[in-house]
Amino acid sequence: MSQDIYPKLKEIIKPYLPEDVNPDAISTESHLVTDLNINSTHLVDIVLDVEDAFDITIEDDELDNMETVDASIALIEQKLATR
Amino acid sequence: MQNHRVVVTGLGVCSPNGVGVPAFKEALENGKSGIRFYRELEKLKFSCQLGGMPLISEAVKAQYFTPLQLRNFNAAGILYGVAAGVEAWQDAGLAIDEEACDFESGTIFGVGTLGVDKYRESIYKVDEGNTRRLGSTSVQQTMSSGVSAYLGGMLGLGNLVTTNSSACTTGTEAVFMAYERIKAGKATRMLAGSTSDGGPYVWCGFDALRILPSKYNDMPTQASRPMDAHASGFVPGCGAGALVLETLESAQKRGAPIYAEILGGHSNSGGQRQEGSMTAPNPVAVKRCITKAVTDSGIAASQIDVINGHLTATAKDDLEIQNWSEALGRSGVDFPYINSLKGMTGHCLAASGSIECVASVLELKHQFLFPNINLQNVHPEIEKVISTSRIPTQKTDLNFNILAKASFGFGDVNCCLIFSKI
Repeated sequence: MSQDIYPKLKEIIKPYLPEDVNPDAISTESHLVTDLNINSTHLVDIVLDVEDAFDITIEDDELDNMETVDASIALIEQKLATR
Repeated sequence: MQNHRVVVTGLGVCSPNGVGVPAFKEALENGKSGIRFYRELEKLKFSCQLGGMPLISEAVKAQYFTPLQLRNFNAAGILYGVAAGVEAWQDAGLAIDEEACDFESGTIFGVGTLGVDKYRESIYKVDEGNTRRLGSTSVQQTMSSGVSAYLGGMLGLGNLVTTNSSACTTGTEAVFMAYERIKAGKATRMLAGSTSDGGPYVWCGFDALRILPSKYNDMPTQASRPMDAHASGFVPGCGAGALVLETLESAQKRGAPIYAEILGGHSNSGGQRQEGSMTAPNPVAVKRCITKAVTDSGIAASQIDVINGHLTATAKDDLEIQNWSEALGRSGVDFPYINSLKGMTGHCLAASGSIECVASVLELKHQFLFPNINLQNVHPEIEKVISTSRIPTQKTDLNFNILAKASFGFGDVNCCLIFSKI
C-alpha cells in the first residue's frame, strides 16, 4: 500500500518546498524541515492536505509522527487500516 | 542635529482606474473612471451598488507572489499593498537582497481594515467547530500589520517595519511619518504607503450610514462628483499606493531619479470638540493642520500652486474649501488650483491618501493637473469662496513648484503634506 501513498504524498509536499529546493530532492528518508527546508508552520497545511487526500483525521498529538516522509507514510497506512 | 532633506524616488500604485504607475498616469491624464457596478452589491441590497476596485490579473499576482504564498491566500489588501510597494521599490531602482537585511530601510504601510475576506472565511470555519482547519496563514493575512509584514520580508527591510491606522488619513499620515523618520536621521530610506480592502464587508458600514450615492447605480462613472452641485455621497473604493522616500544624499549617491521633495507637513486632531465629532472635522484643527504644514515647510501660503484635496463628494466638500481658503488666506482667483482624484477612483478609504500622494507627485513631476471629472456645476457654496477657474475640468499642463496634499479622517484626524518640484 505504501507504494500508492508515496507518490500522492510527494505531490502534496511539492508546493511547500522553498524555491531553491528541487522536488527531486524528496525521498522516503527526507525530514520535511531539516532536509527539505520546509517552513515548520507549513506542517499544519501539509496535515490538512493529507487529511483531504486520504480522507483521514490526524490528531494534534500525532503531528510528531509526520516529521519524515517514511513516518508520514506509516501514519497514513495505519489510519487507513483503522478507518 | 542636522535635518535631512527628504525626496521621493519611487512610486507604485494599485488603483481602481489603473494598476501600475504607467497605466495610472495615463488614466489621470485622460480622466478615466475606475468606478463600476457590482452585481454582488445589488444582490445584497446595498443602496449604493457601485465601487472602485483595482483590476489585478493572475499574471500580475504571479509577478509579486510565489505559488506557495498564493495558496489559501484571500487578503486583497495585502495583494494591493504588495503590488504597489514592490513596484515602488523597483521603480526607485533598488535591488532586493535575498541574503542580508537592510537596517537603513524600513516601511510604514497603513491599513484601515485588512484581510476581511480571509477573516470571514475563518469565522465560518470557527463557528462550524473547525478551527483546526484554518491553515497556517490566517494570522498573517488578517493582522493589521500583515501588509507591512509581507513587504518587510519580501524586501528584506531591517529598519522600522510597521502599520499605521487613522481611517481616511492613513495614507497621507504614513508618508508624513516616514518623512519625519528620515528627516530625523533614524532611517535612510522608507517605503511609505497604505492599502485598503474593498467589497461588501468593508463598504457595508458606509452604506448603512447613508453617505454613499444611491441614484447612480445605472451610471457608475458619473456617481463620484467631488465639488459638484449634485454630489450626493462618496463612492467606496479600495487599492493601494506606495512611495519610496529617502534622504537627498542617498538618492544623489545612488544616482536615483528624483520625483519630488517633501518640504514638510503636519498631523493633528480636532479632539472631536467644537464642530468636530467622530465623523465630522473640527474646522479649527483642519485650518491649524494646514497652516502648521506650511510653516513647517518654510514656505509662505502664497507659494502654494496646487492643492490635492480630500474632497470626497459628500456635503462636506464646501466646508473643506472654506477651511483651505481661510487657512491659506486666499480666495477667488487668488486661490491655488485644486483637484480631487476621488471623481475617478471613488474614496479608497485608508488607501486614498497614498494613492492621491502618488497622483500628486506625478502631477508635479510631469507638470500637469489631472481633470476634476463629473464636475458640471460647481457647488454654489464653493463658488462663493473660490473662482471656478481654479478647478480644472480638463487635463491642464502647468509649470508649477509646490503642491499641498491633505487628508481627513473619522476620529477627527488630519494630515497635510507639502511637496515641491526638485
